Amino acid sequence: MGEVLVATRDVYGKTLVEIGRENKNLVVLDADLSESTKTAMFAKEFPDRFFNFGIAEANMMCFAAGLALSGKVVFASSFAMFATLRPYEQIRNSIASQNLNVKIAATHSGVSVGEDGLSHQTVEDLAIMRVMPNMQIFVPADGIATAKIVKQAALCPGPVYIRLTRPKTEVIYDESYDFVIGKMHVIKDAPRADVGIIAIGTMVPNALKAARMLEEEGYSVIVADAASLKPLDRETVVRIAKSSRLVVTVEEHSIIGGLGGAVAEVLAEDFPAKLLRIGVMDVFGESGSPSALYKHFGLTPEDIFRKIFKQIR
Amino acid sequence: MEQTEKKRLEEVSKKLRANILMMLTEAGSGHPGGSLSCIDILTYLFLKQMRYDPANPHWPERDRFVLSKGHAAPALYAVLSHVGYYSSNLLKTLRKLGSPLQGHPDSRKLPGVESSTGSLGQGISVAGGMALAAKMDKRPSRVYCLVGDGEIQEGLVWEAAMAIAHFKLDNFCLFVDNNGLQIDGLVDDVMNVYPIGEKFLSFGWQVLNIDGHDFDEIEKALEFFESNQGSGKPTAIVAKTVKGKCVSFMENKAQWHGVAPSRDDLMKALDELGCLESMEEWNAEEN
Repeated sequence: MGEVLVATRDVYGKTLVEIGRENKNLVVLDADLSESTKTAMFAKEFPDRFFNFGIAEANMMCFAAGLALSGKVVFASSFAMFATLRPYEQIRNSIASQNLNVKIAATHSGVSVGEDGLSHQTVEDLAIMRVMPNMQIFVPADGIATAKIVKQAALCPGPVYIRLTRPKTEVIYDESYDFVIGKMHVIKDAPRADVGIIAIGTMVPNALKAARMLEEEGYSVIVADAASLKPLDRETVVRIAKSSRLVVTVEEHSIIGGLGGAVAEVLAEDFPAKLLRIGVMDVFGESGSPSALYKHFGLTPEDIFRKIFKQIR
Repeated sequence: MEQTEKKRLEEVSKKLRANILMMLTEAGSGHPGGSLSCIDILTYLFLKQMRYDPANPHWPERDRFVLSKGHAAPALYAVLSHVGYYSSNLLKTLRKLGSPLQGHPDSRKLPGVESSTGSLGQGISVAGGMALAAKMDKRPSRVYCLVGDGEIQEGLVWEAAMAIAHFKLDNFCLFVDNNGLQIDGLVDDVMNVYPIGEKFLSFGWQVLNIDGHDFDEIEKALEFFESNQGSGKPTAIVAKTVKGKCVSFMENKAQWHGVAPSRDDLMKALDELGCLESMEEWNAEEN
């Protein structure tokens, strides 16, 4: 069975064009990366509703706020580093504080941006965006999910952070996939399981592969996709914890403050359970090919399998 | 400008000054110096220049005013109340828990506040987005924005200045409240931003230098801005002002940037303004 690979950023660009045809209120902004973030597709079809801010992300975010205050639905894009950490305070004070219709779609997140190294690898964005009031956070696991999530984001009120990636990733869903804000998508379910894996974004396909390896060893596994990181589906987190001996989170992000942090908060408050957080272990990234980096940070399906196996055998 | 009209504006701005000082005294904290330096500009804008409807604050065709130097909130609150957005009674609630008159302007709480500001440098950029939206929608709305001279030390101001000129937002009018002082002292001692006008010129703006307390000069500058429509160039009006203007012991004193007047200070100031009766009205009004 050959894998179908699609870059979520490509789907993002195409979906913006689709939405733009119907919603004349849609405005797209970029900061000199439109070929990479794929907003160039929108720029080509709707030059009057696309604005390039040059290398000035803080200004792009505040302009986005002004456009939204004037009734526009705004998508502002850059690499995850420059769409979150750089203009963080502008997003907080001008966008989130006023609950504005600005959707920040960030590509090149995580370590899989690869060779550019640590200055471009964002493993903190989910953590810092999660702590911001009013901000919703959606992380699609594949191209199908990206299209559905971008369309939902355009329709739902308030600010949204959408985390996309640079490399092509495996398509795991079909058109029947349904994205519901605040709900987890349980891909593989069981009434009782040895392991309940909650994964997000690029790590959903890897978690599914690790689950298959665990099943081959005779273990039963639940796998859920936490695409709606905020609001988080607390109910399903608890249900998974109640039905599993071990809860595991897997993310291409620091284990601090992102999915692992969010799930830890729910478990500690609602149903204390044993938790294994798999992700980047509180270190900065470095240069390398995406596949070499996945190995380096222990994020391959085999690594995920081994880490879980060690805990449950 | 006719003398009677000028007199009227001067009377209004005097009353607004009194209100600013009474609000701040009541609140026990806040920023008098920079509120008094920009109040004449706000008075002219809201009484003579801008198109808006307090009964319909979200009227899409309205002009916008964004107070980028959000710490001058008392000046904005005083003028918004004067032109009918809300009762002057509300001014007594400044900075108190539950009040729509937050320490810095909050658009979610108070009609007439076009954008939440206070974090310096952001208001001009947000206002740029509003001017861009007006152009896209072919609305006649003008966008007016006021920044402080200390505020323009923020790099974001120059990112915004670049973009506002780049997008040819000739519907954008910026006032620089050039009172020369910031919290730590003189602007040119703390971090020299001069020459201000030349900087905006080099970014492709039309620039005027005026006395920010002279209604004739404010009027002429705004007439120039109007005549400038279609030029593709935004307008920057560098307004020389006096921090703490019209209160002798506050004028040109950096220490009055962020300290509220005591009751004694207030009475002295109202006396100087010839507005002692304002205090009686203020006290007489029911809470």
